[in-house]
Amino acid sequence: MRLVAENVSGERGGELIFSNISFSLDPGQALLVTGPNGAGKSTLLRVIAGLLLPAEGTVQLSGGGETFPDAKAACHYLGHLNGMKTALSLVENLAFWCDFLGEPLLSPVEALEMVGLGDISHLPFGYLSTGQRRRAAIARLLVSHRPVWLLDEPTAGLDRTAEARFAELMRGHLGDGGIIVAATHLPLGLKGARELRMGE
Amino acid sequence: MLALYLREAKLGIRSGSGALTGVLFFLAVVAVIPFGVGPDLNFLARIGPAILWIGALLASLLGLERLFQADREDGTLDLLLMADSRHMVALTVLSKCLAHWTTGVLPLVLIAPLLGLFMNVPLPGLAAATLTLLVGTPAITFIGAVGAALTAALPRGGLLVSVLILPLTIPVLIFGVSATRGAVAEPDPFLPPFLILTALTLFFAVIGCAAAAFALRGAAE
Repeated sequence: MRLVAENVSGERGGELIFSNISFSLDPGQALLVTGPNGAGKSTLLRVIAGLLLPAEGTVQLSGGGETFPDAKAACHYLGHLNGMKTALSLVENLAFWCDFLGEPLLSPVEALEMVGLGDISHLPFGYLSTGQRRRAAIARLLVSHRPVWLLDEPTAGLDRTAEARFAELMRGHLGDGGIIVAATHLPLGLKGARELRMGE
Repeated sequence: MLALYLREAKLGIRSGSGALTGVLFFLAVVAVIPFGVGPDLNFLARIGPAILWIGALLASLLGLERLFQADREDGTLDLLLMADSRHMVALTVLSKCLAHWTTGVLPLVLIAPLLGLFMNVPLPGLAAATLTLLVGTPAITFIGAVGAALTAALPRGGLLVSVLILPLTIPVLIFGVSATRGAVAEPDPFLPPFLILTALTLFFAVIGCAAAAFALRGAAE
């Protein structure tokens, strides 16, 4: 499996934000997208996720087989928003995503234990703190299998311990032959990750 | 798809306010009519089914604008759109519409016979109004989904949704009311308008969901 971006340009509201971004990632590789605010990191991730059309260029995934025909189908997208309903409990939220996204991996309870929320899995999502909400959103990456993780400021709001635990989860994903593209300002604790500096 | 339907239904019931607001609004509309037109029982019985339909139509527009807006605000919409190789977006929209109808509009249909009593509607009229509402209101939800999808990105799209979709719901209203009248007033036929109403619902179940899916994909940014 291989994720390839060729000469991708992105625009928002008709204004070109970045142009000629190219990279190719093989299983087990991670790409850190860095750069100042407004450089287009989030836009690039949304282009890869297929939520925005690139102004120019292509993003392609090869070798995904029938399960993952295109890049969009092979991606977990962890954006600024957590994608959880405040009125439902953590387990209900995750059980839905597990069911809807298909390719089940861990059970919701196991996934919550992996991010350290195992003992409050029955609470409604709305009761949680910012960092706990983020951890619940990270647990969504674990309930269903996707080879590519697109992470937009994944550690925003996490404490040290949770950061370290998340770094371990990411290393585990890479070790299983996954691909990670992360937009970040903070070091994520991934050794050997390539860096793409934008806005320079 | 079933998972999505069940979750949306659960959310609709748990937030609770949607159905209750609609029912109270419906009650308010129907309850003020006799005060407005006077206590002529025969006249009320004649316009009763139409008032029930208008009340249900307006009440079912409430809360429509939240159909996709809530998902957009918490990031769920992105994930639903990304999953389109597994679940066609139009089917996702259909599931959401059906769940919205079950939790928000079905209560209106169920309470319609009771409100019909306020208007001195005779028993066959009550039955006909309830049946036509049951068959016709899904069409309003499917049309409303298009408006909701178009205005999902707008902070205060509520009124805009109503203005956008009201003209499109007029055929549903016309055939709903004429089928109801057909069941009560003798020379008018019941079956032809009722079948057209059914056809409208099926038609908009396809067109509305496809158009809403198209609008959502276009609005993603």
